[in-house]
Amino acid sequence: MANIKLSAEKLDELKAICKSFKNDKGELINVLHKAQGLFGYLPAEVQEVIAKELSVSVAHVYGVVSFYSFFTMLPKGEYPVSICLGTACYVRGAEKVIDEFKRILNINVGETSPDGKFSLACLRCVGACGLAPVVLVGEKVYGRVAPDGVKDIVAEYTK
Amino acid sequence: MLFISNNTGAKMETVKITIDNKVIEVAKGTTILKAAKEAGIHIPTLCYLHLHDLNIENKPAGCRICVVEVEGRRNLAPACVTECLDGMVINTHNIRVLNSRKTVLELILSDHPTDCLICAKNGDCELQTMAQEFGVRKIHYEGEQSTYREDTSPAIIRDVDKCIMCRRCEMMCNEVQTVGVLSAVNRGFMSVVAPAFEMNLDHSECTYCGQCVAVCPTGALTEVDHTNQVIRALADPTKTVVVQTAPAVRAALGEEFGMEPGTLVTGKLAAALRRLGFNYVFDTDFAADLTIMEEGTELLDRLTRHLNGDKDVPLPILTSCCPGWVNFFEHQFPDMRDIPSTARSPQQMFGAIAKTYFAEKIGVKRDDMVVVSIMPCLAKKYECQREEFATDGNPDVDFSISTRELAHLIKQSNINFNDLEDEDFDNPLGESTGAAVIFGTTGGVIEAAVRTAYEVHTGKKLEKVDFEELRGMDFIREATIDFNGLPIRIGIAHGLGNARKLLQDIKDGKSSFHAIEIMACPGGCIGGGGQPLHHGDSSILKARQKAIYREDAGKTIRKSHENPYIIQLYEEFLGKPMSEKSHHLLHTHYFDKSKEIKVVE
Ligand code: SF4
Ligand code: SF4
Ligand code: SF4
Ligand code: FES
Ligand code: FES
Repeated sequence: MANIKLSAEKLDELKAICKSFKNDKGELINVLHKAQGLFGYLPAEVQEVIAKELSVSVAHVYGVVSFYSFFTMLPKGEYPVSICLGTACYVRGAEKVIDEFKRILNINVGETSPDGKFSLACLRCVGACGLAPVVLVGEKVYGRVAPDGVKDIVAEYTK
Repeated sequence: MLFISNNTGAKMETVKITIDNKVIEVAKGTTILKAAKEAGIHIPTLCYLHLHDLNIENKPAGCRICVVEVEGRRNLAPACVTECLDGMVINTHNIRVLNSRKTVLELILSDHPTDCLICAKNGDCELQTMAQEFGVRKIHYEGEQSTYREDTSPAIIRDVDKCIMCRRCEMMCNEVQTVGVLSAVNRGFMSVVAPAFEMNLDHSECTYCGQCVAVCPTGALTEVDHTNQVIRALADPTKTVVVQTAPAVRAALGEEFGMEPGTLVTGKLAAALRRLGFNYVFDTDFAADLTIMEEGTELLDRLTRHLNGDKDVPLPILTSCCPGWVNFFEHQFPDMRDIPSTARSPQQMFGAIAKTYFAEKIGVKRDDMVVVSIMPCLAKKYECQREEFATDGNPDVDFSISTRELAHLIKQSNINFNDLEDEDFDNPLGESTGAAVIFGTTGGVIEAAVRTAYEVHTGKKLEKVDFEELRGMDFIREATIDFNGLPIRIGIAHGLGNARKLLQDIKDGKSSFHAIEIMACPGGCIGGGGQPLHHGDSSILKARQKAIYREDAGKTIRKSHENPYIIQLYEEFLGKPMSEKSHHLLHTHYFDKSKEIKVVE
């Protein structure tokens, strides 16, 4: 028998989320959204519970999770790095900044470093176009980031 | 308003359309595809699938191969989902349509491997046939090809690179079988049909019913091929190779050799197996008779105890001869696993008897005997690998090959199947009754059980062995059979979604049946995942079903308990049904394979 591991408290909260949507399978996306808010990501266990509560197949739940890039099955790092890919940031070289983060952290966008410290994500315009290209680490905003500034940002959190 | 009357005599609203210059009238709501068919016009389809007699339809409108021109509309319309409107003028084969279809096909082919020559579906693939019919000689689109790992389970291979995202398999697994293993996942170029978390099939709740394989138009889903192991065993002089062949095989194998669906090839089948070099050509039907002895006795035993007031005895009793169904309830209803009969499937009963009783009789050591089964079924490949069906690591059934694999084997061996003279099966494990043959179709197992249980219970001879009320293709059927004053309520379901309904009723305490027959595949084994492909023509299943009943009607003995070799087997070896020896060799137990949500700290 395969077991699914979740703490009692989290399991109850998750079930409550499903219930708040009347366990309606039509609300799957909203349930997943809330669940990701609760856990920070959507591990297999969480998807199994949701499938059971909403009476849909796990394959279907996973189908939805894997379709939308907003959903992630990987936990965010302690310091989640988000890089704006809006037009202004893109034009001013955000892509090179991403490449540099990928190189230094040795992870891809959507991944978390093995030590759990950093994760990498892309965002749409965050409304700070004047500061383009923009990088966020957690809540902290870094403006006019150039590729050679990336190592300094990373260093701030690896001290 | 126009009206035409349907077969019930009721009037229905119609519309008038012009299709390829023909004016026809069709019922309102008819799709262009169906209207064209009525007018004798063939429109090619790829994702669309309609198993008419089973009421199964897949129309995701994804592939766009079926487009037609509707005059006055700017875009071409997919015929499989577009409804006919009054006054529509439709062109199904003009140059614009043909060009568009060819473009669509070339685009599909541009992301498809071109290794047809070594593909398991070579010669039987809908995509290949279409490329041939469309006269594609060059693919004008070049692009990256998506690649995905191959997934091999005990019964089924997924080679997703060959997937064209028609999603027929998904529909079968989710809607018909309600197993829900397969779903489209990921997005765009990366999208594939896969189990949850893209795990392999053998980690999922797959029942190996093979219904996804039965409808896949390409080589993306195929059975694990065991023919080479069989060839090797046949070539090994130290091995005594024994073959058994399931009831549904004889009603379908002929199709692989160009015969009309519904042609019975029992005699040719026995002859071909002998030509292939099997030392003993036996029949799973023998074991089906044996199943009836065990399962029928168990039914009567449970019934009597229940009627005598022993409420610990659960009713209804459910049949257990379908391994796809066994996998289903082990995963989905494990708390109800004491309800199905403990009788093993005929395949496994045969193996157990062949490697004990028969091996002793001919003085061959267990290890020197190889038992091969020819099955309409892919779940049997998994079943024969289950640990509980082996002694010291030696399986009761060594290899299970499908009807399709047998056809390949016959063709490879240069046997002219169509010209073979009929031959008989060998004895003792080749003799069977009409009751055993009907195991191959939905309703057959329970009819066979009734024939025996009635006579054993009442001590009277049945005047008529045909129970028409148990036959047919309806997904859920019920009938009450009078056991000399005792009304026995019988339920039948085929297709796992329908089985689920009956199970849920039992769980909710709403079931009043005494016995229920369940077959995983729509139609029963005649529609099994290992049968010749029907390519969407469900009339083939009906023809096979008719053939099965024809074979039954033609048998001299039609009740399992009258099979002389079964009687002999009990006298010489087993004692009586449900004896200790029978329990050991012919019965089994089930496992809880469900996932449970366990709370940890
Ligand atoms: S074999 Fe049956 S259960 Fe398994 S994936 Fe195919 S349709 Fe679903
Ligand atoms: S695996 Fe086969 S049936 Fe399923 S979507 Fe792909 S091509 Fe269609
Ligand atoms: S119905 Fe027959 S072919 Fe289908 S899974 Fe069951 S035993 Fe196999
Ligand atoms: S485009 Fe990056 S902040 Fe607007
Ligand atoms: S057959 Fe109509 S869209 Fe595929």
